[in-house]
Amino acid sequence: MIESISAFFDAAAAAIPLLCVTMAALVVLLAEAFLKKGETMPMAPLGLIGLAGAAMASMLLWGRTPAPESFGVVTADNFAVFVNLVIVAVGVLTIVFSEQTIERDRLPAGEYYAMVLFAIVGMMLMAQATDLLLIFLALETMSIAVYVLTGMRRDQQTSTEAAFKYFLLGAFASSFFLYGIAFLYGVTGTTHIDEMSTRIAAQSMSGNPMILLGIGLLIVGFAFKIAAVPFHMWSPDAYEGAPAVVTGFMSTGVKAAAIAAFVRVFLKGLDPMIADWAPIIWWIAALTMIVGTVVGVAQTSLKRMLAYSSIAHGGYLLAGLVSGNEVGKAAILFYLAAYALTNLGAFGIIALLGSRERANDDLRDYAGLWHTHPALAGLMTFFLLSLGGFPPTAGFIAKWYIFSAAIGSGYYGLAIIGVLSSVVSVFFYLRIVVMMYMTDRDARPVPPPVPRLAMAGLALAMIGVLYLGVLPSRLIELAQQSIGTIF
Amino acid sequence: MNGLLTAIIATPIVGSLLLFLVPNRDGSKTALIRNMAFFISLLTFFLTMMLWYRFDPSPEAPAFQFVERYEWIPSFGIDYYVGIDGLSLMLLVLTGFLTPIALLSGWHSVEKHVKEFSIFMLLLEAAMLGVFCALDIFLFYIFWDFVLIPMYFLIGIWGYDQRIYAAIKFILYTMAGSVLMLVAIIGVSWLHQSVTGEYTFDLLRLYELSIPETTQYWFFLAFTLAFIIKVPLFPFHTWLPDAHVQAPTPGSVILAGVMLKMGGYGLIRLAFPLFPEAALYFSPLLATLSVIAIIYGALVAMVQPDMKKLVAYSSVSHMGFVILGIAAINVQGVQGASYQMLAHGVSTGALFCIVGMLSDRRHTRLISEFGGLKTVMPRLTAAMLVITLSSVGLPGMNGFIGEFLIMLGAFKWDPRFVVFAALGVILSAVYMLWMFQRVFYGKVTNSHNQGLPDLSFREWAIVGPLAAAAIAMGVVPNVFLKPMEPAVQRIVERVQARQPLQADQAVRPSGYEAINRSVGGAK
Repeated sequence: MIESISAFFDAAAAAIPLLCVTMAALVVLLAEAFLKKGETMPMAPLGLIGLAGAAMASMLLWGRTPAPESFGVVTADNFAVFVNLVIVAVGVLTIVFSEQTIERDRLPAGEYYAMVLFAIVGMMLMAQATDLLLIFLALETMSIAVYVLTGMRRDQQTSTEAAFKYFLLGAFASSFFLYGIAFLYGVTGTTHIDEMSTRIAAQSMSGNPMILLGIGLLIVGFAFKIAAVPFHMWSPDAYEGAPAVVTGFMSTGVKAAAIAAFVRVFLKGLDPMIADWAPIIWWIAALTMIVGTVVGVAQTSLKRMLAYSSIAHGGYLLAGLVSGNEVGKAAILFYLAAYALTNLGAFGIIALLGSRERANDDLRDYAGLWHTHPALAGLMTFFLLSLGGFPPTAGFIAKWYIFSAAIGSGYYGLAIIGVLSSVVSVFFYLRIVVMMYMTDRDARPVPPPVPRLAMAGLALAMIGVLYLGVLPSRLIELAQQSIGTIF
Repeated sequence: MNGLLTAIIATPIVGSLLLFLVPNRDGSKTALIRNMAFFISLLTFFLTMMLWYRFDPSPEAPAFQFVERYEWIPSFGIDYYVGIDGLSLMLLVLTGFLTPIALLSGWHSVEKHVKEFSIFMLLLEAAMLGVFCALDIFLFYIFWDFVLIPMYFLIGIWGYDQRIYAAIKFILYTMAGSVLMLVAIIGVSWLHQSVTGEYTFDLLRLYELSIPETTQYWFFLAFTLAFIIKVPLFPFHTWLPDAHVQAPTPGSVILAGVMLKMGGYGLIRLAFPLFPEAALYFSPLLATLSVIAIIYGALVAMVQPDMKKLVAYSSVSHMGFVILGIAAINVQGVQGASYQMLAHGVSTGALFCIVGMLSDRRHTRLISEFGGLKTVMPRLTAAMLVITLSSVGLPGMNGFIGEFLIMLGAFKWDPRFVVFAALGVILSAVYMLWMFQRVFYGKVTNSHNQGLPDLSFREWAIVGPLAAAAIAMGVVPNVFLKPMEPAVQRIVERVQARQPLQADQAVRPSGYEAINRSVGGAK
């Protein structure tokens, strides 16, 4: 008995982080089912325990050589562990910021947390999967949970509309993705990423139309998930319609997971074809950066503004992918961590300022916030400066790292587009700062005070952003070690 | 002594953290906060003076002194690496000198949110000090970029009516220039990596790198764009009048007094020595633009109805001289440019302080609102006269030395530029003295001006040191020129060494000897 259990754990070692979160999700779901009417139970701690378990398991899996692999399709190499930890951080912050939203909007707590946790399982699996089919399954697990979260406020039209749009377009994208897998399987005879790489390299398939078609379809699928132009149309609506904290979760977690899988598939499985796909991604990256920032300037809803800003940030991540060098891969990981903390912090603040009557997410609602909520205004400014890439924040180091990668591969054009678009983005980040600090409050109701726990979460995110901005070398080293083992 | 530079950068930062901890929601601690901030800035000034005292100005001394170096991001060869030569030293002293004065100048005019104001002023000071000491170009860029944030808030929160527009224009304009410099900084370090196999952002090692000529052109343009926007050089000057006019007095003092110098410093420290061939190639273009800036700035200043705008455009004109001196790339020119930066910091800082005093009293800065102030405020008039003359470049005052050396250097290089630049000197006398005449002489025409109080003790503490510095810099220029001499010499030699040898390579006699001969020897 014991032997068989330990044998199981040996075989499934790489999947333990996933198991922890899945268990937590199931417990939450069951607990909700067995609660009597009117009875309440704190669900958030259950989720946090699951995430803590996942974080611990991931850390124990760090640095093993050879990387633990379970069932032939789930790996726990350093790359996956790194992304897992970023996703855990996203999950923890999301749960901490959620409590107020759930109470305010009377969301079903059990379902909400279960969906968040299931989405996290999907995200982690995307980072850990080494087989295209499993990546597809992970993608669907994550996506379905997120569709539900987007439409959680069933009494609100915008929320339902957003969820429906997101679902419909997402389903299309998924089928494109699946179609792409089919083509690649047809040409190479495998769906396993490592296998695929060796077979493509061995047969020098560059220029084969079938494989190009497959790559193109995969790009569509991934580009949709990270909201890259021209597949970004869904994201402003979905981001605006979803509760702010869910938006924060989507814009960081989904993006991190999709980018992780994107990197693994393209820089590992399809690396021999880099000359074929790099120009396509170059254009997508450039367009994403430009459209995200330029359209963001015209927004007056804070959520929509930050939705476009997340689109632009997806473009920076793709710039790291295009460069395809060692620096770029590590830069993507660093960027994911920095961006996750920063963006969740910003969305957390938006979520916390909402009240039952109104979302308070219009630009005008932030007028004079400095006078009513000085700490929140300060934190928001800090996160916005990080998003804009000012030192001494994580956002600056992350951007420098990405552009360094692009320049190292000779993509000066992409780097110049990147830095100039970040100047444009500073314009709209500063509009929010102008509102908070330099405009007087009009007659609108003052947003509610912020609960302690959420404040602690924000402070934690801020400390993280500052730490990564001032002393980034530790995380840079970890990112470098993460890519060393697999690529 | 080691650690002094870090102490200088850290003092304002630690000070601002201390201020952050003082609770002042109800405004009861405002006086304490003002005094604390002032004391911290005085302490910083004291430390910079100590630096000057301990600095070894002899040519045999190491090129960079007080060097400190700690690993920061080792995998990219990025260090916390600071050190100074004479040029940095003088700019550090200038920063240390002007910050307490700027704080004093806002003592009464800045009334709301004094705590945040003081924090931003101190952070700004720390960042500017960092810019002048950084020897790692990554570190340099961090300080360079960070300067924008406190300045943005200073203009945007404590400025005048159009402050938001001015603040955003300021930050976007200057940032657009600096991000391209970031691309070039990364490009240079990659180049170093591809040649030597090692990443580094160490300025002194990057000096040794030989860069292909066309690459140099691009990198030079990227660096120079960032710097000449900051200076600002025509036609990139349009942010300056807005920023200056809208900024509160302390912001203007720092902006004109120190921040513009970051551009000139960047050209001398980074752009020219890193890309010498490109520098030689583009210097006629820079000189042409600078001559345009000198004359254009002066002409526009002449017709300004607003005193603050007049001073702002006079900065465009005076900073044009700085670029001209740098573009000449000889010892006199660069030394003159460095000196002009110091002189301009003192005299324009003082002009903004005095304009601030007038606007504190009358809440207007229009020249037409004043007139005959000499009878009402004789002491303020006297102070203004000293500063006006120093700004105009009267011999024996600080402005003269810089402009004279610059024109000497430029003449050696290409006399045509000097013909036009000299015109700027005359014009500066026209607009400054004309303003002085309209504001201070004649009869009191506006009844509001009757009975305005003369200089208070606090205002004496502002104009006294500034006027003393302006005169001292004019009478004993050697004290200031001598520490900069070896630094300038090295930079000029470095740039000129790449030049194909020409017949008249006369870089000696050096600047301060020349000036001694011409003004009859102050020593």
